[in-house]
Amino acid sequence: MLDVVRSLAGRDLLAALRSRADVLTTLIFFVIVASLFPLGVGSDTALLRMIGPGVVWVAALLASMLALGRLFASDYADGTLEQLILAPQPLGMLVLVKVAAHWLVSGLPLVVVAPLLGLQFDLGTDALLVLLASLLLGTPTLSLIGAIGAALTLGLRGGGALLSLLVLPLYVPVLIFGAGAVEASATGLGAAAHLSLLGALLLVALVFAPWTTAIALRIAVE
Amino acid sequence: MLSVNALECVRGERRLFSGVNFELKPQTLLEVRGANGSGKTSLLRLLCGLLAPASGCIEWNGGDIHASGEEYRAQFAYIGHLNAVKDELSGLENLLFSARIAGLVCNAASAEQALHELGLSDFRHLPCKVLSQGQRRRVALARLYLSAARPLWILDEPFAALDSAACELVRARLESHLQQGGMVVLSTHHDIAISARSTQHLELGQ
Repeated sequence: MLDVVRSLAGRDLLAALRSRADVLTTLIFFVIVASLFPLGVGSDTALLRMIGPGVVWVAALLASMLALGRLFASDYADGTLEQLILAPQPLGMLVLVKVAAHWLVSGLPLVVVAPLLGLQFDLGTDALLVLLASLLLGTPTLSLIGAIGAALTLGLRGGGALLSLLVLPLYVPVLIFGAGAVEASATGLGAAAHLSLLGALLLVALVFAPWTTAIALRIAVE
Repeated sequence: MLSVNALECVRGERRLFSGVNFELKPQTLLEVRGANGSGKTSLLRLLCGLLAPASGCIEWNGGDIHASGEEYRAQFAYIGHLNAVKDELSGLENLLFSARIAGLVCNAASAEQALHELGLSDFRHLPCKVLSQGQRRRVALARLYLSAARPLWILDEPFAALDSAACELVRARLESHLQQGGMVVLSTHHDIAISARSTQHLELGQ
């Protein structure tokens, strides 16, 4: 069992490492989108401080959606997905491993650079820490929810646009609590409630998303 | 033992085949033939449980394959017409990872040996995107050298894209598996005579 988990994660991480350009695209997209706002809105620090958390969160959300296409598409095209479904392990567990590996290369880098982007919006140290925590709890949820959409749109023409229509509405709660956490800490309310809710969303997604994704993948290869 | 009873396959609006019956015992080879689009691949995917039959049933040792999912999946090896070979990884890495994910017992030495058997020793460290179609097929088929513990082999056009030397190697591998009590189901257009204690033929689309 452990051997299977290690091999599957190892293969995905190694393949991602060999095609670094794909991984960097997501990260650069995130940095550019978040940097466009200070340029477009102007240098009013009070305004920037107000919109900062929301902008960084929306940019993270779009970037993580952009990366979803890579999650199952190549496995579907080269037949690896069939072999995964035929592996003697529960498919839901394999999906969870794949999503975790995907998050490590597409979600975690966003979390790491987010505080730097936060500086552009003149966020204080406390707000930056809360931003980091909220993204750390929120981006895995985005990957898990996105996996369902990615599996449902496998093999469809124009799947990319459909994927965003399916997935973006489901991202809304994560966005509200994620950006809300930073705002709440900035106004002195404390971010604990928002972060707890983000954690709860993550737990719910951990339980249901791999299972739902597995069903969608089985339908996709039929 | 694999037994198939009154199997019917419908894809979209089309009925590909119906009333397919056969029973596969150890040391038996089943050759599935038929024109393009006659449902050979669909039949093999039904046997794997990737597709659900429109009617009829597939049983492994007396139990329905859909009921005993994970148990049954540990009994067979499937190589589809897609190679399941990752472009970014080398042949050796591909084989090691895919064998371990499939739950086969495999270490670096046995994987190297498997690639060596199929004449890939010199290419084992090259990324698969630079390999030819036939070489990728060989990487996929190398899994057969690690699948001795799986009694049932389901192979979709195993000889496609292979040169005659590789066809010969694969034929020998299939024969030795059959001799050791294995079962092989394969679809093919090639006239490669595989000797087995008992050979069944299934012609689809008639």
